Amino acid sequence: MRTIFKTSYDPDINLFKDRFHRLCYAALCIVLILFPFFLNEYFIGELTLTLIWAIAGMGLMILVGQSGQVSLGHSAFMATGAYSVVILQSKLGLPFIFALPAAGLISALLGVLIALPTTRLHGIYLAILTLAISVLVEDIIVLAEPLTGGVNGMFASDIVIFGINFGRYSNIANLYWLVLFTTILLVLVYKNILRTPIGRAFASIRDSEVSASAMGVNVVLTKAVAFGVSSFFTGIAGAFFGHFATAFNYETFNVIMSITILLMIVVGGVGSIHGAFFGAIVITLLPVLISFLRDFIFQGTSINLMAFPGIETGIFSLILILVILFEPRGIYGAWLKTRTYFELFPLYRKDMFRRQKSYLKTERLR
Amino acid sequence: MEILQLIFSGLSSGCIYGLIALGFVLIYKATEAVNFAQGDMMMIGSLSIISLTSSTALGLSFIVAIPLMLIIMALIGFLIEKIFITHITGESQIAIAILTIAIGFGLRFIAGVIWGYDPQTLESALIGTYYNFGELVISISEVLVIVTTIALTLLLYYFFAKTKIGVAMVAVSQNQLAAYYMGIPVKKMQSLTWIIAGLLAGVAGFLYSAKSSVDPITGLLGIKAFAAAVIGGFGSLPGALVGGLVVGLVEPFAVRFLPVGYSHLMPYIILVMVLIFRPHGIFSQTYSKKV
Repeated sequence: MRTIFKTSYDPDINLFKDRFHRLCYAALCIVLILFPFFLNEYFIGELTLTLIWAIAGMGLMILVGQSGQVSLGHSAFMATGAYSVVILQSKLGLPFIFALPAAGLISALLGVLIALPTTRLHGIYLAILTLAISVLVEDIIVLAEPLTGGVNGMFASDIVIFGINFGRYSNIANLYWLVLFTTILLVLVYKNILRTPIGRAFASIRDSEVSASAMGVNVVLTKAVAFGVSSFFTGIAGAFFGHFATAFNYETFNVIMSITILLMIVVGGVGSIHGAFFGAIVITLLPVLISFLRDFIFQGTSINLMAFPGIETGIFSLILILVILFEPRGIYGAWLKTRTYFELFPLYRKDMFRRQKSYLKTERLR
Repeated sequence: MEILQLIFSGLSSGCIYGLIALGFVLIYKATEAVNFAQGDMMMIGSLSIISLTSSTALGLSFIVAIPLMLIIMALIGFLIEKIFITHITGESQIAIAILTIAIGFGLRFIAGVIWGYDPQTLESALIGTYYNFGELVISISEVLVIVTTIALTLLLYYFFAKTKIGVAMVAVSQNQLAAYYMGIPVKKMQSLTWIIAGLLAGVAGFLYSAKSSVDPITGLLGIKAFAAAVIGGFGSLPGALVGGLVVGLVEPFAVRFLPVGYSHLMPYIILVMVLIFRPHGIFSQTYSKKV
């Protein structure tokens, strides 16, 4: 157990708790950067995908975990990001390095446009509204055929920055480094937002809107900003997703994808950046694990799991149900408990993370 | 006459949406949770009635099959509540919503394993029967849908307004702790709610299968039923039916009068509009919070 002796207010808001903490993350970064040198292309591809999902997860985490608004429509922002980055490059001829942030900004604009008229909505109503919007965006993509290619979808050409190729199939290691760089940048942005006044306003409206407005927080503005930042992140993730998939159409970004992103951060652990990453790892590891398991079971018992279509979603929903029932704070919560157990050994008590029993009260009498 | 025909087909599909929406509202009214798996429960009901009556599977007659299916659906509702929902009683709405989304995925997977992904239709004498009134063609299954839905809505409305158990269920939703203090068996009420929701899903499933073919993806119809529930205001039973009828009526007219591709956007556009301008539905039940 390391104790920090605080002599000023700075340690409370420092990005890293102490030198050890900083070393750990530096080591992690170095390992991540070195991966392409000793892994094959398949794994690098999977890692890239994990990072892309993690960016999308961070986007939703800002909304759900930090400002307490639930969105079931984040595939809409993924789609906006993916389509606008390709359209900006092919139709307007912008280089990728400008098209990427522009795509993020377009998504953010869409997010703010959705958020402004709907700030009166709470919890479940907002979830349903965003669900409807994700269905709508899917259809609008088909209708806006001249721009989006309609049902046929679009092709994303290789990313080229300053003459260096970052193609999915030609240069996956470069693409990986590019995504990794962006991810680290966005993690830093996320971390820093949390320690600005607006970040604390997010937390205050998450915990109680009434008290937040009593403390002088502009609830409407804060919610809109949260939506904007969240959809900016998700738009960036979508832009990379489009280039990673190389070809995509309206069906790529369906309702199931929005639900998957939400489920991902719940499994990972709502309210922490780690959660987004853990969730992303689960999402990308699962198909690999299932195919491994399938071969294993097939050899042992000659039961063919291939005979069950959709087994991925089946297993994923099972994991999700178990997580919500037994570890509501997700994988990150489990990790926190284990770490505390070893840090405090042998003083850890079972009740340390126990949550207060709460009783339901109607939200209609808000 | 064409308008009348459109109205009639709209009414009957609106009743299906209304029935699913009734399931949402029922659970929302009694436990303040939103059951995203309601559409998938309906799908299970449809597929099981099809299997029970199909001559290639069990081949039971409707008099045996319908009660059997309803028992299965009540059991599914009961089990979902007993195994999953009780454990997170009192958690935030969102946690329960996410749990039911996962349960919905699970049900879809199970249905896919049992029935496969091919669309199936009900074998029944009802389906092909039509009556002609002048130019108006009315199928008997559509009449069945409308009559059953109206009867069920009235029954449920009476249940919540007049019976002791119904009022107790409303009390549980408004304040669990206070309901405990008043001696209401909160957990039993919750079980009962889910059983009724299962039954409703069963009825909706049967009626839906009488109208069109069913596959595991049919459960996604639940999203349209959300539109119905929201338009009616989530806490109002007659509102859910009205909302369902609005969505059902808008659809055939949109198909008829709007260009291709725009028509099935309409339910969602209405949903978004209602949420923006009347955030708690037309039959609003929200009061301002006192600090």
